[in-house]
Amino acid sequence: MSLRIVVTVKFVPDATGDRHFADDLTVDRDDVDGLLSELDEYAVEQALQISENSDDDVEVTVLTVGPEDAKDALRKALSMGADKAIHVEDDDLHGTDAIGTSLVLAKAIEKAGYDLVVSGMASTDGTAGIVPALLAERLGVPQVTLLSEVLVEDGTVKGRRDGDAASELLEASLPAVVSVTDQSGEARYPSFKGIMAAKKKPVESWDLSDLDLEAEEVGLEGAWTAVESATERPARTAGTIVKDEGEGGKQLAEFLAGQKFI
Amino acid sequence: MAEVLVYVDHVDGAVRKPTLELLTLARRIGEPVAVALGAGAENTAAALAEHGAVKVLTHDASEYADYLVVPKVDALQAAVEAVSPAAVLVPSSAEGKEIAARLALRIGSGIITDAVDLEAGDEGPVATQSVFAASFTTKSRVSKGTPVITVKPNSAAVEAAPAAGAVEALAVSFSAQATGTKVTGRTARESTGRPELTEAAIVVSGGRGVNGAENFAIIEALADSLGAAVGASRAAVDAGWYPHTNQVGQTGKSVSPQLYIANGISGAIQHRAGMQTSKTIVAVNKDAEAPIFDLVDYGVVGDLFDVVPQLTEEINTRKG
Repeated sequence: MSLRIVVTVKFVPDATGDRHFADDLTVDRDDVDGLLSELDEYAVEQALQISENSDDDVEVTVLTVGPEDAKDALRKALSMGADKAIHVEDDDLHGTDAIGTSLVLAKAIEKAGYDLVVSGMASTDGTAGIVPALLAERLGVPQVTLLSEVLVEDGTVKGRRDGDAASELLEASLPAVVSVTDQSGEARYPSFKGIMAAKKKPVESWDLSDLDLEAEEVGLEGAWTAVESATERPARTAGTIVKDEGEGGKQLAEFLAGQKFI
Repeated sequence: MAEVLVYVDHVDGAVRKPTLELLTLARRIGEPVAVALGAGAENTAAALAEHGAVKVLTHDASEYADYLVVPKVDALQAAVEAVSPAAVLVPSSAEGKEIAARLALRIGSGIITDAVDLEAGDEGPVATQSVFAASFTTKSRVSKGTPVITVKPNSAAVEAAPAAGAVEALAVSFSAQATGTKVTGRTARESTGRPELTEAAIVVSGGRGVNGAENFAIIEALADSLGAAVGASRAAVDAGWYPHTNQVGQTGKSVSPQLYIANGISGAIQHRAGMQTSKTIVAVNKDAEAPIFDLVDYGVVGDLFDVVPQLTEEINTRKG
């Protein structure tokens, strides 16, 4: 038996940097450094754990859609222990929305071949968290999403989904799309050996023609949503700051009463 | 007037507040038609009518509880086909966003998630979103198909607007994918008696400075004096002091209450991403240099173990 796992990852602008929009209202990627989305590290980790705990022959492929620099995100995942990487890169992809991204990812996943797709719960830039569900819809396979625990055995994926109202146990047959939360388990740091090994691992580059996609199906023109304006939030006016000299709690109560919260 | 579908989030017929907020927003762009699914769906009608639903489409089947997400997508798709709405509004819960996304793809429509405001526009509804840890506000619209928009809690005030709310049975046939993901067990979360974090008008949070699970009692006492929900920073959650379901921030919940009180929280970008759109922000922190003080309307530089109990006592006295 063999198990082919594809982990979808995203190269995102560093949230601790100064993020901006470009003139075409897409994210200005020149303005701030990028990195592997932190929430995708949990997906890589779970894929590696599934691989390590399996008696089957498991291959872990990391897949990203993004600009040239997105190779850095793939390299990080490879240095954590993934076996190979696929980079979908094409100038016509600039400005692609979530629906379009799910189209490109689904085509690439089908071309790569898969039994299990593992994604993070959301990207740390867009934060919508809808791509895993869109992938399941496009691929026509079960979605087993937002798992804090995941287990794969005998062609079945099981997991626990902790929602607001209830904690649910889920089960589906493979192939399936899984997404994992930041509660699924701390992601490992790449070892020196892992970093050295990653340099020799294969990274395939595909463009739109490799996926039988046309430029007008993706990109800013092909997006099903349009951003009309982006405005920087005005800096907050400086608030009142007091030093507690024994009456800090009472002073705060006075402020809250003045604002009608008490 | 065009109809606008509103997906109803309810628990055994009790409608959750974000759905009532959606009915208010829906009236800005058309006539709200609510879709309520699962056990107790018909019992939602009175509350929905009271808040402006002209019609309530209902359907119950065991599939809604026994399988994940897809049966609800099938039903919402049936409702779209029955009504031909001008837009579909769904609450921005984790499940709500998944339902909305799959629906949008199926009906060939664009989707906007996590809107914080909604208005009518010349080319369809225009949604406001707060992005990049609330440092930017964008306005967007769906350019293809029937706009599917998910809206965050606390994006509009709930307004009563009595309407007919006539209950109609929705005909649903489930797709082959509907039974793909089985729910094999469900443990309801034990109620703390406090408001739901994402829906609360006031949130009181604790962070690293709370310094221990047992000390969260101080935070809870303040929350209870204000009828507030309790939040926690990632540092407090990772330390095991408070449950992950209460985590506020980029990898937790994003909240936008009328009042947010941060106690012993430094205000790292990851935390700010989850609370920066709160209307009034208050912080208590020993460190005068903590970045959270850049955001506050009122800040107290001091030991939370002195300030918070004094504040709680003062609130209880004033209420008493």
